[in-house]
Amino acid sequence: MTELSQIRNFSIVAHIDHGKSTLADRLIQSTGTVADRDMKAQLLDSMDIERERGITIKANTVRIDYKAKDGQSYVLNLIDTPGHVDFGYEVSRSMRAVEGSLLVVDASQGVEAQTLANVYQAIDAGHEIVPVLNKIDLPAAEPEQVKAQIEDVIGLDASDAVLISAKSGLGIPDVLEAIVTRLPSPKGDRTAPLKAMLVDSWYDPYLGVVVMIRVMDGVVKKGDRIKMMQTGAIYGIDKLAVLRPQMVDWPELGPGEIGVFTASIKQVRDTRVGDTITHEKKPCDAALPGFKPAQPVVFCGLFPVDANDFENLRDAIEKLALNDASFSYEMETSAALGFGFRCGFLGLLHLEVIRDRLEREYDLDLITTAPSVVFHLHMKDGEVRDLHNPADMPDLTYVDHIEEPRIKATIMVPDDYLGDVLKLCQDRRGIQMDLTYAGSRAMVVYDLPLAEVVFDFYDRLKSVTKGYASFDYQMMGYREDFLVKMSILVNDEPVDALSIMVHRDRAEARGRVMVEKLKELIPRHMFKIPIQAAIGGRVIARETLSAMRKDVTAKCYGGDATRKRKLLDKQKAGKKKMRQFGKVEIPQEAFISALKMDE
Amino acid sequence: MEDWRNGGFGLYLHWPFCASKCPYCDFNSHVAAQIDESRWNRAFLSEIARVAELTPGRVLNTVFFGGGTPSLMSPDLVQSILDKVRGHWTLANDVEITLEANPGSVEAGRFRGYADAGVNRISMGVQSLNDDDLRRLGRLHSVAEARAAFDVARSVFDRVSFDLIYARQGQTADAWCNELREALSMAVDHLSVYQLTIEDGTAFGARYAAGGLRDLPEDDTAADMYLMTQEVCAAHGMPGYEVSNHAKIGSESRHNLIYWRYGDYAGIGPGAHGRLTQNGVRHATEAVRAPGAWLAQVEAQGHGELAPEALSPVDAGTEFLLMGLRLAEGIDPERYAAISGKVLDRDTITRLEEMGMLTTGTRIAATDAGRAVLNAVLRELLA
Ligand SMILES: Nc1nc2c(ncn2[C@@H]2O[C@H](COP(=O)(O)OP(=O)(O)OP(=O)(O)O)[C@@H](O)[C@H]2O)c(=O)[nH]1
Ligand SMILES: C[S@@+](CC[C@H](N)C(=O)[O-])C[C@H]1O[C@@H](n2cnc3c(N)ncnc32)[C@H](O)[C@@H]1O
Ligand code: SF4
Ligand SMILES: [Mg+2]
Repeated sequence: MTELSQIRNFSIVAHIDHGKSTLADRLIQSTGTVADRDMKAQLLDSMDIERERGITIKANTVRIDYKAKDGQSYVLNLIDTPGHVDFGYEVSRSMRAVEGSLLVVDASQGVEAQTLANVYQAIDAGHEIVPVLNKIDLPAAEPEQVKAQIEDVIGLDASDAVLISAKSGLGIPDVLEAIVTRLPSPKGDRTAPLKAMLVDSWYDPYLGVVVMIRVMDGVVKKGDRIKMMQTGAIYGIDKLAVLRPQMVDWPELGPGEIGVFTASIKQVRDTRVGDTITHEKKPCDAALPGFKPAQPVVFCGLFPVDANDFENLRDAIEKLALNDASFSYEMETSAALGFGFRCGFLGLLHLEVIRDRLEREYDLDLITTAPSVVFHLHMKDGEVRDLHNPADMPDLTYVDHIEEPRIKATIMVPDDYLGDVLKLCQDRRGIQMDLTYAGSRAMVVYDLPLAEVVFDFYDRLKSVTKGYASFDYQMMGYREDFLVKMSILVNDEPVDALSIMVHRDRAEARGRVMVEKLKELIPRHMFKIPIQAAIGGRVIARETLSAMRKDVTAKCYGGDATRKRKLLDKQKAGKKKMRQFGKVEIPQEAFISALKMDE
Repeated sequence: MEDWRNGGFGLYLHWPFCASKCPYCDFNSHVAAQIDESRWNRAFLSEIARVAELTPGRVLNTVFFGGGTPSLMSPDLVQSILDKVRGHWTLANDVEITLEANPGSVEAGRFRGYADAGVNRISMGVQSLNDDDLRRLGRLHSVAEARAAFDVARSVFDRVSFDLIYARQGQTADAWCNELREALSMAVDHLSVYQLTIEDGTAFGARYAAGGLRDLPEDDTAADMYLMTQEVCAAHGMPGYEVSNHAKIGSESRHNLIYWRYGDYAGIGPGAHGRLTQNGVRHATEAVRAPGAWLAQVEAQGHGELAPEALSPVDAGTEFLLMGLRLAEGIDPERYAAISGKVLDRDTITRLEEMGMLTTGTRIAATDAGRAVLNAVLRELLA
């Protein structure tokens, strides 16, 4: 049992790449939690995709023992969080489990959009915040300016900010002391009935579903019969452990402690993040407020390139969903692509990550269709329908009006690029809400349609600002606009998987870009192929892909038929990466690439 | 009857040396300072004896000396090889014995000797009738030398063919048309015209990859040149009987027809390929590619080959089809079925016929347009 006064729980939050995971490494290492020989950079980023992309996707918790300068021993529970906006949900629920946050700011970059978003969340969660200026080893680091910026832009006292280099280890002892002296200890009553918050859950191939909890009141032990208050489900605890970061069996967890248990739970979906866990026999009276589940905001179709792979895809999606409750799926049939799934994601990076994992871990070739948001269709009979897929758009005569989701986007950008950013937002039908300055950086707030952002907004923003802008957004609700369904016809046949919802005023421009792109993406065939964009029956853009005229091996290599046969086999394998639409073959990457607006 | 008899039986001999390496060429050809002809002679003779044992009792329809530059071989070496061939196989009455020659003056001096050895057909690499282009193709001869060598050849041999390469840098369709007409006026009975192909691993390939050679004709222009070549040659009495080959009726290269009609052929010499039916199964043979290694292996192990591969019915069927559809005469679908155990998809054939790519009847053949995109046609047929 650990005294409340000896516990400190905190999350490490920051804008993407400001060094959260590297700071976590140093804290783990300098306290001897993991032996030096077992250390590796960004130790907590254990998924392949995380290591490959160098980003954190899933929040990770570690319990650390620390002997402070005051001579006392403390238990620190650290949660490293992801920085990317798609995974903001991981940050907000992590914050509910702790009392304080280390706000890491890259001293060479300064305050960015997610820095702000995270601070607001931390304040909402009632956190004590310790600002940490990282990367002071870099020549471009300007700690004094960044301190001033934190005070100006965020309104946080930065005079005691801790200056560190997570890379070299400089300043790490100061961070540890600041945690102990400046963050509050948790509160709770050991004698009260058990009340614990379900913070996270995941699937472990050996152990089944692992549930992470933060105990508020009472004590939980191995063998206890517990009850999930929202679902009413009752389980017996098979294993109780803490993470360091490997699981270490632990006899009991009391107030303020964070740990994990397993209880023969079948699916991650059987657990609700934010649920309250109590004892079956002696329950607590009031449940914790809980939190809103993460809502998928981007939808797209996933289809196997080879139609015979459908069952394998179903298997793979079901397995992945066991571990990631934030993505949704349902079966979809497309006239063009056959059987597949309509899947919902937290954002585009989330979509990419899931698709990558399906392709890689389950050896599938997938076609991803145009990402879409959820539109609200207000029907003439008063019914309101959700439209997840443009292909399902009903006849317009039944539709009174259409609403689309809007977001509040916050963009931080150096002065020099402000013009480009404003133009980009304007082009995407944005409405400016605010524009303020902090030194030479501008902060712009825009009201934007989510549909204009989900696809390539982030890429475009990066490219027009050479990577200097940062971006964060929140959902703002729905608003009516003049939206239409644009269909794409290839060789006079509509390809449903390529239809998109667009604003009427932008339809010509989008249509033109799409047909031009498709002309580049579809290989020439033996006949010419018209490619058209249309709204209803009206064609708004057209291109013609001319017929292939020459594709033959000229020379004869003294009867080397093997070479020709192998060449043909290779070409046939290339053909497998395409999908047949009537007489036309469309390569799998066309479905996404056709939508990119890189003019 | 074994299927190969539909195509006949030929012998290919590969001479892997050239006076210099042309920048576009990815054939198995090498420049060597010294060549010990007597060693090569022994190796060829021993290979001939070995292969003859695998093909007892067969009548040989053709012999082809290819390269590289076989016209760098001394007439004595050619004589010795052909004597050995005659000693091991019965030659057909109308046996065709071709030798590839480069059009230099040195070579021309040997033509008499080749004829005396038994060669009765010459295929000469003229490549272009334009001196600037010959230089750009890295050729050692001029147009005048080529013409002179060609005249010597036609005075010695009844059957003389020559090769041209088109779709060269900066070449227009008009310029090619004029050059082709000029070529036809000097042609005897056979002409090969190859579209310049940029091959990986060649000097041109490297220049192209590095952004050079950008004035090559566009695909559409090359396609126009191809179709125009078909018309002009046909009008001149030399219709295209294969993708890149034109001849007066009856003067086709019988040796190359064996490949395209999917007969059997033995391949001897570095990198040579063969197809030999043994116990009713077609085998793909391939010799060691590097000249020195081939020679050493023949001397040490008594053969110059890699392990032969027994072709599956499907693979053999594919080869039959992809070779056969290069020919204007096309293929017999029943032969395809017999070789592969499969039938070609009726709907696909109808679709390709409607597109103007194929003609059907007792034989299936690619049209001129179909032959221009033969790879695509084959992908459909074999999908
Ligand atoms: N020079 C320098 N580089 C650092 C320092 N700390 C982190 N980095 C580098 O910054 C990059 C990002 O570090 P991470 O620790 O992965 O950042 P993160 O905030 O966890 O990133 P996300 O989880 O993707 O949001 C890596 O290349 C680190 O090596 C530092 O103190 N100095
Ligand atoms: C095996 S080569 C040998 C002929 C001989 N060595 C010569 O070059 O004159 C046969 C023919 O292939 C053609 N050829 C070689 N490389 C080529 C290429 N990259 N593109 C088109 N034709 C090529 C040339 O016309 C050449 O004459
Ligand atoms: S084109 Fe002929 S001469 Fe030139 S390198 Fe090739 S084989 Fe030798
Ligand atoms: Mg990280």
